[in-house]
Amino acid sequence: MTHPLQEDQIFETARAWKAEGCKVALATVINTWGSSPRPVGSQLAVDDTGRMAGSVSGGCIEGAVIHEAREIMDSGVPKTLHFGIADETAWEVGLACGGKVDVFVERLDG
Amino acid sequence: MTPEIAERVARGRAEKEPIALVTRLADGGQCVVTAGTVEGSLALGDAELAEVRHRIDHNNSGLIGDEEAGDEAGDESRLFVHVHTPPLRLLVVGAVHIAQALVPMAALAGYAVHVIDPRRAFATDDRFPNVTMTTEWPDDALPALKADRRTAIVTLTHDPKLDDPALLEALKSDAFYIGALGSKRTHAKRWDRLKEEGVGEASFARINGPIGLNIGALTPAEIAVSILGQITATLRADRIKT
Repeated sequence: MTHPLQEDQIFETARAWKAEGCKVALATVINTWGSSPRPVGSQLAVDDTGRMAGSVSGGCIEGAVIHEAREIMDSGVPKTLHFGIADETAWEVGLACGGKVDVFVERLDG
Repeated sequence: MTPEIAERVARGRAEKEPIALVTRLADGGQCVVTAGTVEGSLALGDAELAEVRHRIDHNNSGLIGDEEAGDEAGDESRLFVHVHTPPLRLLVVGAVHIAQALVPMAALAGYAVHVIDPRRAFATDDRFPNVTMTTEWPDDALPALKADRRTAIVTLTHDPKLDDPALLEALKSDAFYIGALGSKRTHAKRWDRLKEEGVGEASFARINGPIGLNIGALTPAEIAVSILGQITATLRADRIKT
């Protein structure tokens, strides 16, 4: 049984989009501090048609991650993004919960 | 992520083999580590490889490397270890009404669910669409399923002929959770019977009975919530602050 919410299938979903011929980027939570909402290893897959699956936060930083992901799916250059209350972007895209989270974004080439 | 690395990760996941995808944050260089192999362009030192394998054994994803190299720049020189372990499993003995509610809920929570019931009138595809089902007796089916410490087992038949042999097999396994449906009185009678079969008190205490958290559950769906709640509380016991 699979379901759109099923946490375990983000990687498979991303590969299926890639197999359809879409550009795909994969974002992964690599480090957290404090009360960040999603644990290390959580993933968000994004494609160039605007589809997304999974999450890397409670919804507060997804917009910024998707923005970066769109550039990375073109450039192919992976990037580590830092989010949190200590970051200068906190007032724009911070975590309302006061936690900090690092997200690694890469292009999926196969 | 290169096609070769993606393919290797996908294969490990499909074959339910514990693996780790290791990524150097600085440039995205990657390799896939298993118990016996390393594949990919990223070369690891012996100490790093040992750390990665330790993390696979403990299902512990995270960063490794020099933490003292500084904040921003330091992060870039570090390695991220993403452990992929086989999914949690839930083995449900009894294709009953409560199971019809519990199965989709558990699937949503990330469990690979397996239903066991030799009574073919209960174990039908109509009642359990898209679920792996076994119509063998529980004492035949359970040993073959090799319950491990990422497996939960629940018995829901209310029938000692089915529940008891299932519980005897469950107690031989490393299952992190065992639960049996039935009232306190039913559970006391169950203790009398299993004692006769040679089950000790400590072993019997592994069985959660009456099954589920006490939330006043009444309907099959509510009982399923209470069962999944208790399984979750057992799985995540180390996160519960007292």
